[in-house]
Amino acid sequence: MRSRRSLLLLAAIPAAYLAYFYVYPLVTILVTGLFPNGRFATASFVEIATNPTVSSVAWFTLWQAVISTLLTVLLGLPGAYVFARYRFPGRSLLRSLTLVPFVLPTIVVGVAFLAVLGPGGPFGLDLRGTIWAILIAHVFYNLAIVIRGVGVFWEQIDPRIEEAARTLGAGRWRVFREVTLPLLRPAILSSAALVFLFTFTSFGVILVLGDLRHTTLEVEIWRQATAFLRLDLAAALAVLQLVGVTVILLLYGKARNRKAGELPLLPPAEVARAPRGLGEWALVATTLTMLLVIVVTPLAVLIGRSLSTADGIGLSHYANLLNPPRASALFVSPFEAIRNSLGFAIPAVVIAGGIGLLSATVVVSGRGRGGGTFDTMLMLPLGTSAVTIGFGFLVALDRPFDLRSSLLLIPIAHSLVAIPFVVRSTVPVMEAVQHRLREAALVLGATPRQAWREVDLPLVARALAVGALFAFAISIGEFGATSFIVRPSTTTIPIAIFHLLGRPGTFGEAMAMAVVLMAITAIAALGIEAIRGNRSGGV
Amino acid sequence: MKRAIILTVVTVFALIGSACTGGEATPDEIVLMTHESFAVSEGVLEQFTAETGISITVLRSADAGTMVSQAILTKDHPVADVMYGIDNTFLSRAIDEGLFIPHRATSIDSVPASMRDGQDRVTPIDFGDVCLNVDPVGLVDRGIDAPTHLADLAESGYTGTLVVEDPSTSSPGLAFLLATIATFGEDGDYPWQAYWQDLVANDVRIISGWDQAYYGEFSGGSGKGARPIVVSYATSPAAEVFFGDLDAAPTAIVDDGCFRQIEYAGVLAGTGAEAAAGQLVDFLLERTFQEDIPLNMFVFPANREASLPDLFVNHVVTPTAPIIMDPSTIGANRERWLTEWATVVR
Repeated sequence: MRSRRSLLLLAAIPAAYLAYFYVYPLVTILVTGLFPNGRFATASFVEIATNPTVSSVAWFTLWQAVISTLLTVLLGLPGAYVFARYRFPGRSLLRSLTLVPFVLPTIVVGVAFLAVLGPGGPFGLDLRGTIWAILIAHVFYNLAIVIRGVGVFWEQIDPRIEEAARTLGAGRWRVFREVTLPLLRPAILSSAALVFLFTFTSFGVILVLGDLRHTTLEVEIWRQATAFLRLDLAAALAVLQLVGVTVILLLYGKARNRKAGELPLLPPAEVARAPRGLGEWALVATTLTMLLVIVVTPLAVLIGRSLSTADGIGLSHYANLLNPPRASALFVSPFEAIRNSLGFAIPAVVIAGGIGLLSATVVVSGRGRGGGTFDTMLMLPLGTSAVTIGFGFLVALDRPFDLRSSLLLIPIAHSLVAIPFVVRSTVPVMEAVQHRLREAALVLGATPRQAWREVDLPLVARALAVGALFAFAISIGEFGATSFIVRPSTTTIPIAIFHLLGRPGTFGEAMAMAVVLMAITAIAALGIEAIRGNRSGGV
Repeated sequence: MKRAIILTVVTVFALIGSACTGGEATPDEIVLMTHESFAVSEGVLEQFTAETGISITVLRSADAGTMVSQAILTKDHPVADVMYGIDNTFLSRAIDEGLFIPHRATSIDSVPASMRDGQDRVTPIDFGDVCLNVDPVGLVDRGIDAPTHLADLAESGYTGTLVVEDPSTSSPGLAFLLATIATFGEDGDYPWQAYWQDLVANDVRIISGWDQAYYGEFSGGSGKGARPIVVSYATSPAAEVFFGDLDAAPTAIVDDGCFRQIEYAGVLAGTGAEAAAGQLVDFLLERTFQEDIPLNMFVFPANREASLPDLFVNHVVTPTAPIIMDPSTIGANRERWLTEWATVVR
């Protein structure tokens, strides 16, 4: 057991980081918006409270997030299970592919979804402008969170526990409901919370696939701030959004605190095996087909568009990126864009990994001593409007150093979104680490630090790798914060895509650049799989 | 791990330290705040640096509205020295907020008087027109002619043909709304709200952004959609020629209901480098930058002395009578118009 003092010391670094880069900008912008002339803007709240549009937007924001989260968890669990428990050809590649949607800019996904869900699509349905398009897109984006977040836990649960239950006469379903599900509960709740926060604050998907009747608080905040220039109303809406997120997070914290017991965790290599029998193969096949439909179809559409040229199928759009036919600043070499993107993603991963791991340690060691509250606090940035935080940076981060136009702010902004992922993927595993194991190490004469490094860390490393992968994906796909600060000479891949889509005639090149982004993400995910594969043998 | 974090923190602060540039008298760096469509050829901004010894840092906001909000929020301690890309639809709010210090650009006399701000608070840098674009092939397939007047779009023959951008999320969308307001007026037998009701009855598709509308819904040129009429720019057909390496434009504009957007630059009040900021505004209006504008941003240079590229001379059709609306009229009514529009189409 850590002493209270060392716990506080450990908490100080992440707390200070979040206080300066999240709480301080947020409070500053809200105060700026809500006290326009030094007096509290009561009228803004009255305007919001009495506007029927606002209540319908708030209601829509809530229910679409709940449904999106339920759907994502429901469809993600079979995926998490199949990848965690079975070995089959193409497993690493497929699992890596499920992460790709997570990084794609919404304008690109919009293109794919219009093609898939439009009248000419493979399913012959026209879902454009309907709630279904939004829900499906949310599942498409967030499936990876459940597949990875639950999967990393599932693959380390000893199947012998379930086997024992079955030996005792319980049916498959009963074993799942009464043995597996309770064990997975913390991981499922964690993933669901992340998906909820993402969909509750959904912005791009709503803009691109929604219509005027389907709009979220996040979109409204942005509209008020940028189209109407009503910063007071934007701030009041941001408060409303924040209250909603806090209530949900408190409920989540309550549910999470009913903690699952400690488990014997195993290296995944010992758990996964080839499917046996018709039933198992059928389960694997059904799940993979579902993933193919939801995840791979839109990606395939994008690849198809990147290859479709005026003279049939060809690589000319890629060639144009490498060798621009026109002297235009619109064309950025893909290599340059990759280099720039990595230049922001690597520091973002380092910051999020470091702060996230420290935070997770504090959360786990501090259970019952404020660790839970700290855990809830860590999730808040994910549920806070990006416009609000972005404007907050502008009004707050000018002293003592003027960070507002500093390139450093890019990885910092990315880390705010990424830290919750690192915390969420590591905490369930850390909690499940057998304290007995570490206590045994202590008895055998190891110092607490040694015990942490040699017992906890390797077990947590796998989970950390998942968190780091998400941090990487968040950074490499991020557009808003990056586009403001980035210089034309440090254009990233999403920004290059955006500029190519901003003019007639460069659609194919935009799609080619999107495929580059997809490839980088898949390679990073495959790389992590390989590292995890090697590491697992040593635990 | 802890050591790594300490190292990171130390590095971060070292970098911050080195990034801070002091001294306000002769700055070696100046910050230009602009919108996301800003594009410039390599070597052009470097020319300013070569002439003045001052390097330019470019900050790109999402759009003109975001940029103005950001500038209002940071009025007391601006994040940039010069703003470029604010257009006539957002100008009056920025001026009311006192965002700019008047500056008379050296080449201002080469700009048509109609575009200029009487008090030189902002300097016109470029202009362009938002116009309906049509897909001739798609129109023939449907057996209809290109519309000649905005009112045609409310006729039954044009059912399901038009795609427009949401004026509360898109700059061409706002321009088109303003064009309809200018065309049909606020009072009278057939005000703009009635026109929009007819457009809705005629199955107009409203999309949040230009890219989605043009590439996703429009059938002409590089569009992949099924609708033959879209709200885009007067230069879009020429951009198709340029990027698609074509001989003739695959699309055309409708010479009615075009709305003129003028983009300005201004020295931000509160800059610590007023003289250098003025020099940058001068530079933006000089021929080097002006002649680089057309093929990067597909708008026209404000400076009459700037020569146009062949593409613009040969392929851009300029609308005969674009709608020009007073910025103060737009500023006074924007919120109400957008709210009314949302009520009509929702």
